[in-house]
Amino acid sequence: MTTHPTTGPSPDFSSERGEKPAPERADVLGGEFGSFDDHHPPAQELLDDCVHCGFCLPTCPTYALWGEEMDSPRGRIYLMEMAEKGEIPLEGAFTTHIDRCLGCMACVTACPSGVQYDRLLEATRPQIERNVARSRSDRLFREAIFALFPYKRRLRAASIGGALYQKLRPKSMDRLMARLPERFSRLVAMESLLPPVSVREAFARIPARTPAVGPRRGRVGLLTGCVQDVFFHPVNEATVRVLAAEGWDVIAPREQTCCGALGLHAGREEEAIARAKKLIATFERARVDTIATNVAGCGSSMKEYGELLADDPEWADRAQAFAAKVRDISEVVDETLADPRARRHPIEATVVYHDACHLGHAQKIRTEPRRVLRAIPGVELVELPEAEICCGSAGIYNMLQPQAAGDLGRRKADNIRGTGADVLVTANPGCLLQIRKYLDGELPMLHPIQLVDASIRGVRPPEMG
Amino acid sequence: MPERTMEAPHGGTGSDAPAAATPPAPVGPELARDFRDVLPADSVITDEVGRRSYECDGLTGFRQVPALVVLPRDADEVAACVRICARHGVPFVARGAGTGLSGGAMPVADGVVISLQKLRRILEIDVENRRAVLEPGVYNLDISKAAKPHGLYYAPDPSSQQVCTIGGNVAENSGGAHCLKYGFTTNHVLEMEVVLADGSVVTLGGPTGEQAGPDLRGLFIGSEGTLGICTKVTVRLLQTPEAVRTVLADFPSIEAAGDTVGDIVDAAIIPAAVEMMDSLSMEASEAATGAGLTVDAPAALIIELDGPADEVDAEFEHLTAICERHGATRLHVPTEAEERQKVWKGRKAAFAAVGRISPDYIVQDGVVPRTRLAEVLTRIAEMGRDAGLRVANVFHAGDGNLHPLVLYSEAAGEHDAAEKLSTDIAELCVELGGSLSGEHGIGTDKACSMPVMFSPEDLGVMHRVRLAFDPDSRCNPGKLFPTPRLCGERPGKYAPHPLEEAGVIERL
Repeated sequence: MTTHPTTGPSPDFSSERGEKPAPERADVLGGEFGSFDDHHPPAQELLDDCVHCGFCLPTCPTYALWGEEMDSPRGRIYLMEMAEKGEIPLEGAFTTHIDRCLGCMACVTACPSGVQYDRLLEATRPQIERNVARSRSDRLFREAIFALFPYKRRLRAASIGGALYQKLRPKSMDRLMARLPERFSRLVAMESLLPPVSVREAFARIPARTPAVGPRRGRVGLLTGCVQDVFFHPVNEATVRVLAAEGWDVIAPREQTCCGALGLHAGREEEAIARAKKLIATFERARVDTIATNVAGCGSSMKEYGELLADDPEWADRAQAFAAKVRDISEVVDETLADPRARRHPIEATVVYHDACHLGHAQKIRTEPRRVLRAIPGVELVELPEAEICCGSAGIYNMLQPQAAGDLGRRKADNIRGTGADVLVTANPGCLLQIRKYLDGELPMLHPIQLVDASIRGVRPPEMG
Repeated sequence: MPERTMEAPHGGTGSDAPAAATPPAPVGPELARDFRDVLPADSVITDEVGRRSYECDGLTGFRQVPALVVLPRDADEVAACVRICARHGVPFVARGAGTGLSGGAMPVADGVVISLQKLRRILEIDVENRRAVLEPGVYNLDISKAAKPHGLYYAPDPSSQQVCTIGGNVAENSGGAHCLKYGFTTNHVLEMEVVLADGSVVTLGGPTGEQAGPDLRGLFIGSEGTLGICTKVTVRLLQTPEAVRTVLADFPSIEAAGDTVGDIVDAAIIPAAVEMMDSLSMEASEAATGAGLTVDAPAALIIELDGPADEVDAEFEHLTAICERHGATRLHVPTEAEERQKVWKGRKAAFAAVGRISPDYIVQDGVVPRTRLAEVLTRIAEMGRDAGLRVANVFHAGDGNLHPLVLYSEAAGEHDAAEKLSTDIAELCVELGGSLSGEHGIGTDKACSMPVMFSPEDLGVMHRVRLAFDPDSRCNPGKLFPTPRLCGERPGKYAPHPLEEAGVIERL
């Protein structure tokens, strides 16, 4: 070979590759932490753990929907890196792509390098809340959510309106909702998530103390939750009955308030800290061995109180001690399976279990609920395709990002239908609200503890006739 | 073969540049407008943050911000995008999941990235003829998932199979742990629909994999995106083997493990897979997966047999006897499918898991004749010692495909030494009668080493073939072939590049 081929223009590979020196950047922002402020910016060593291998991509809900790098875990980490170097501001695209993250933590499960995306996200969101001015409508909508959901009393008051609204809601409302312009999409989403409201259940209270049936195993404190207690009160009742039947004294302090999970996951750090302190103090007074919750999101944030309050010398140890006692209800019941007190009656049903992200990905609790369900005679457990992908609920995500949440909800609903199961169970009220919206009335949806409760009592589970 | 060594393999661009900054907007707004005529507005990415997200693939040392990123939704839209590029004379790079380890999907400055991540449909599972028709963005593992209910699976299984796409597999001719027995992507792809650089759509191969005339299907597979973009792939599915048995065997030394591999092959056993890991890679992987690897064993083999149950049983006995003869210190035989998957997870997560024991690392990929495994490993260990760097080894021992992982710390300024060691290892493979790359491809990373393996005449022929498909060199330009600036051009006095002297390339 001596001469260059004549079949095409001569190749100057260098210019094709666009090899040119990197221009000096004049627009590098900020100080030591680039575009972040100095209050717990995402730690460089956590960012360094990401090697850009891409193993996280298929399990990321937004990547599954859109296939875009910026809306993938490694893409978001890349953006955090750029912000940390001061190459991009927090306003604009950065906030957009971080806002679009569901915080489902499926990427944490998938990552072979052990990247702690959960900690990175929890460091990043408060930075946005502190440093980025949101539009007026966005700000007001968020304020409204946080002025309502963490307050049991306000939710109860709202439930009266909700029940009335549902009674009076004309059929034509669906058409009206569908016609509302795009800017009202968040309100439409909120309206459609409203579960069937029972005012009687919304106002019912869990007894402050329920004694164990038979010999005592110990004293369990129960977090009754906000949305859970008002809209899913029967789940709390079932939880108390199961715990008591298995030999626990159940303490449900009346004065308990929101655990702060919704705020924590949305970057409202100060609010979350205040709520955490209040709840820690409440349960310290209750002198319990274990603090149980039947809400995946609450359990996940309560287990993180140690980190949340690590900076506060007065609270750090107390938070650690509190977090060490927190168990999901499935963990508590699973521990009793070796020596069960309450006989299980058969429930003949094909059951599909949906892993709530804050239980499976965030708390790594997957086998416990399945073992608890399999301990019910007659239950045949089936697995869900794409089980690792979020249903789109993700705390308040389905209100803030209704379109993405809708696409994910429909995808989850299709997968659930495909299993042909008789009943869907999942351990998070958010997932139940979200999935109900896309599977309305097609099959009963319960918290796993409701199946256990029905089995112990020898009755048909609710909604299953 | 002439021995040519470049002075500074990766000087100039990419690895040395800290992070590529935004290029000046060289591409007029007409280009974006034209794309928006055929795609939804949000599928044309023009903002800086979006474009920078695409500046590298799985190999982050090489970065280049593209002018535009487009995400077509089907084959017609891909062809339309390629035609727009042709009309504007703009180069483009097809991108799958962006997990490649040779910088093959690194963008071209002033060029377009065509992401195939919206083409994810499995178009057909033809059970009777054991074929699947796929869009290029389908994840490798999803093919086997979809085929599983029919007792079928797709054989090539790169370690990244949960995320890498069939389109990327076609571009790189990907292998995987089981290619010792089952072969590479090229042995399993029957037919492809391909968009050429001018936007025309052609079919390569056929329903049976055969095609009259030259094997253009075979030519296209492994061409690293330099000949066109495949938009539809028909693959062969295999029947799930009746029996699978796996053994995880620890050995007192790398040599003992290497000799075991030789004896297995000599005994006429063809395992589905023979993988070797050294203690460093096991340490990382065990931390990541808890797969049950013995972290203080100097070496371990993961050997898998599959086929008819009787045959597997007989061979398995023979195999364990061979392991024991070479002083295996532990034989772990997972009985449950779940346990077996765990062992495999331990192997397949190894690359990424090394992030746990080193802040930065380079995954190398080279091939040596199987008989020289022990020799090359000894040499690599020596080279690592000389460079003051640790090298972990994970590899497909059955076919001599090495994956040395060079561990270093960017912060400690070890980058250049690591790059050099890594390149030296690949070139050592060639010296020992092997190849620069087994399965990760040449891409950007190894373009400069190509003259070590191929003569200027060889490279000239390859380039002419490429021009026959893509006369303007607009499909993934700058990959595979060495360029003066990439491969050590220095400022100052002009010195002709060896390839310039040979007339393969010229400077404008």
